[in-house]
Amino acid sequence: MITRGFTGRQQSPDIANRLPPGQSLTADFPVLSAGPTPHISLGDWSFTLQVGPKPVAKWSWAEFNALPKTHQIRDIHCVTKWSKLDTPWDGVLVDDVFKAAGIYEPATKFILAHSFDGYSTNVPVADLVGGKAIIALRYDGKPLPPDHGGPARLLVPHLYFWKSAKWVSGLQFTERDEAGFWELRGYHIYGDPWREQRFTGD
Amino acid sequence: MTEAVPSKAPEPKLLWQEAKIAAIMPDTPRVKRFLLAPSAPFLFRAGQHVDVRLTAPDGYQAERSYSIASAPEQTAAIELAIERLDDGEVSPFFHDVAEVGDAIELRGPIGGHFVWDVKDGGPPLLLGGGSGVVPLMSMLRHRAAVGARVPALLLFSSRTWEDVIFRDELLALDARNDGFQLALALTRDQPRRPSDFGRRVDAAMVAELVGRLPGPPKHVFVCGGNPFVEAASQGAIEAGVAPSMIRTERYGG
Repeated sequence: MITRGFTGRQQSPDIANRLPPGQSLTADFPVLSAGPTPHISLGDWSFTLQVGPKPVAKWSWAEFNALPKTHQIRDIHCVTKWSKLDTPWDGVLVDDVFKAAGIYEPATKFILAHSFDGYSTNVPVADLVGGKAIIALRYDGKPLPPDHGGPARLLVPHLYFWKSAKWVSGLQFTERDEAGFWELRGYHIYGDPWREQRFTGD
Repeated sequence: MTEAVPSKAPEPKLLWQEAKIAAIMPDTPRVKRFLLAPSAPFLFRAGQHVDVRLTAPDGYQAERSYSIASAPEQTAAIELAIERLDDGEVSPFFHDVAEVGDAIELRGPIGGHFVWDVKDGGPPLLLGGGSGVVPLMSMLRHRAAVGARVPALLLFSSRTWEDVIFRDELLALDARNDGFQLALALTRDQPRRPSDFGRRVDAAMVAELVGRLPGPPKHVFVCGGNPFVEAASQGAIEAGVAPSMIRTERYGG
């Protein structure tokens, strides 16, 4: 349906080709979250890997920062319609987290990421390994600020950004694809921006 | 973040549908309100939003999310309040081009977290900055529509008296003395009423507002730009509100 009188602000093809359907470019870095920003001291911070209910590895802030670091420049896409191009991150590849825990074969096919504020989100293991995802510790060369998910957030840039859990506290292998916080509230179980999987049924 | 998830049947696919612009109501120098009549009206909860889609003749599409301002009791037409962003793409269309009778596309309702129903109890403490007041307005209109007397308080931060969206209606709701209290925080203007403030939101202000309620707030809803939401939600925590009771919605993207 053509909207009378609407022409839009169309981007050059090289930018337009990097914007998934329904997304528009932002130069800012908008902040979104379901609750107040938790302020987690580095002394209280930890990262836990679980298989089902069982913890299999746990790192302090210092221990986690001793893991190999990776720099990634990625485009990110928020379900609230903004995309930001070429965002620079530093962190630990999920591959390297698993390796440090001695996990060479994933325990299950699914992960539920957990956060300090009670948030959770589900991601298939296949979308976290092979260099696709990191536990981000720095943004634009600086420690990740609390409102952007610091001390650490998951970064899964090829999925809508609610999958990149802020204030991440650990990853849990689950037998089934368990819906997380937003997935239980009408948002898509997988969330591929290029297929515009915003909501259940998309 | 820890409230129970309402059990419900799997949600059906959200389909795009045509909606006619039934009325355009200028409100403040920067905000116009739009009544949109969906071709297939739908039920929603106060606090939810819709996605709006505009299509250019060459097929280019722009989508935006807008919170619903009207009460869930009114489904034939929903109201959106749209602030004109000078560098925007969709809001200038609504302000400068759209006319009554035009059709746009929308789908909804969307969002299952930033919602309140009188059955959820109270008091709800509502903290809104700028157009962040819109989903809170839906909650207050819902409260008024069902004749609830559950205590409620809205803090609404605006730049000036002229920038207070829904001003006449909010003042009228405040005057009903039915348990609702309004406090305006004007960041670049003098306060006009004894209950209002002439400064940005801060922890002392939130603590004073919590004290105006007859009991501790049961739900806190904070909506606005990120600096407002950060200040208001941290202020609520300092005033003794458990972080798990605070729901936030931030715009700017």
